[in-house]
Amino acid sequence: MDSIIHYASWFLLSTGAFFCAVGGLGILRLPDFYSRQHAAGITDTLGSSLVLIGLMLQSGLSLNAAKLAMILLFLISTSPVATHAIAQAAKQSGLKPKVSAEEDEA
Amino acid sequence: MSQFIDMILLAFLIVVAVAVTRTLNLFATAVLTGVYSLLMACIFTVLDAVDVAFTEAAVGAGISTVLFLATLSLTTQREKAHHHYNWGALATALLTGGALVYGTFDMPHFGDPNAPIHQHVAPHYIDVSPTEIGVPNMVTSVLASYRGYDTLGETSVIFTACMAVLLLLQRERRGGASSALEGPTDEQSMQHAMILRVQSKIFIPLILLFALYVQFHGDYGPGGGFQAGVIFAAGIILYALVNGLEKARAIIPPNILHGLVAFGLLLYAGTGLASLFMDGNFLQYRALAHEATHGEHLGILLIELGVGITVATVMTSIFFSFSGRGRS
Repeated sequence: MDSIIHYASWFLLSTGAFFCAVGGLGILRLPDFYSRQHAAGITDTLGSSLVLIGLMLQSGLSLNAAKLAMILLFLISTSPVATHAIAQAAKQSGLKPKVSAEEDEA
Repeated sequence: MSQFIDMILLAFLIVVAVAVTRTLNLFATAVLTGVYSLLMACIFTVLDAVDVAFTEAAVGAGISTVLFLATLSLTTQREKAHHHYNWGALATALLTGGALVYGTFDMPHFGDPNAPIHQHVAPHYIDVSPTEIGVPNMVTSVLASYRGYDTLGETSVIFTACMAVLLLLQRERRGGASSALEGPTDEQSMQHAMILRVQSKIFIPLILLFALYVQFHGDYGPGGGFQAGVIFAAGIILYALVNGLEKARAIIPPNILHGLVAFGLLLYAGTGLASLFMDGNFLQYRALAHEATHGEHLGILLIELGVGITVATVMTSIFFSFSGRGRS
């Protein structure tokens, strides 16, 4: 049982790290602000929550796990709102999303 | 392993520092300074200095970034590009830096237990503070009791900074200039802010509650007046950002806010005076109660409260006065 939890935790930690790396790559490589925002959102929600759940499995039933759960709740409710607010501010200041590749040359 | 983490964090620190000097977009610079502070907080955590890490994360990464951004709303967004190089300045910087690095060769090694700083008063604090002060968090007992004068000085510095900002920025109000931070007014922007308002309605009470926890749990774990004050101010600033400055000013009228700035510092100094009048030295809290540790507990509680009140109201009023000025 212990080893199952151990491997599950490592699986979650490494997938979380993978999504964080993917998000970072996306911020560098994606073409415009809104799609980069999407990539940053992956890091904020999926990446960090997988890492946090992995850490919760590592710490077992303890006060640390409860604290990690609270951080998880805080993150999954604030990060999307922050992403929303940034995208909203960009839209209100008149930034248009890039729709097709031709606009690149224009 | 910990050394490996240290190296990565320090490398990031250098990269961010170079990026801060190179970036011309001031908004990006403000955010990068926040990142710098967050990295510093991580390094302090790795070094087991959780109290300092907490302060750095709350003050450096949190509130000063917000204050930078509030300042930027009054100025321009881009720094003027300089295309010529000042070789004299470069030579001076290199010489000074070289001299400083040369000076560090004579310093004791990092973490050396025989270093003078670990041989002076630190062993005494570690030995007697559990019985003399009776507070589990040794950082709090050093900061609030043994080094009470220094902390009083720090609180006065924050107070003075607030006075300077208010004197410089407070002259406008009667012209009725439009505020740079207007609340959502028309129907459409009300709807845009809907998600933010619902979210902040849930979180502001929790933020304020957490600030109070940090304030009163400072004797037992990392935390204390400085961190709690900043977190409390962050809650109020969040309210002002979402609902507009006018509503936030309605909750805490400026005259009460400015009164509290002075009240916190007076509470601190007054605790010192009280112990002076009760047959102790200035800030010698053991005189405050019949039993020495009770007096210490009471004194630390009172001065931490004073620090918390001053820091929270200073941060709030600096933010209010920056964002209350009209965009010129």
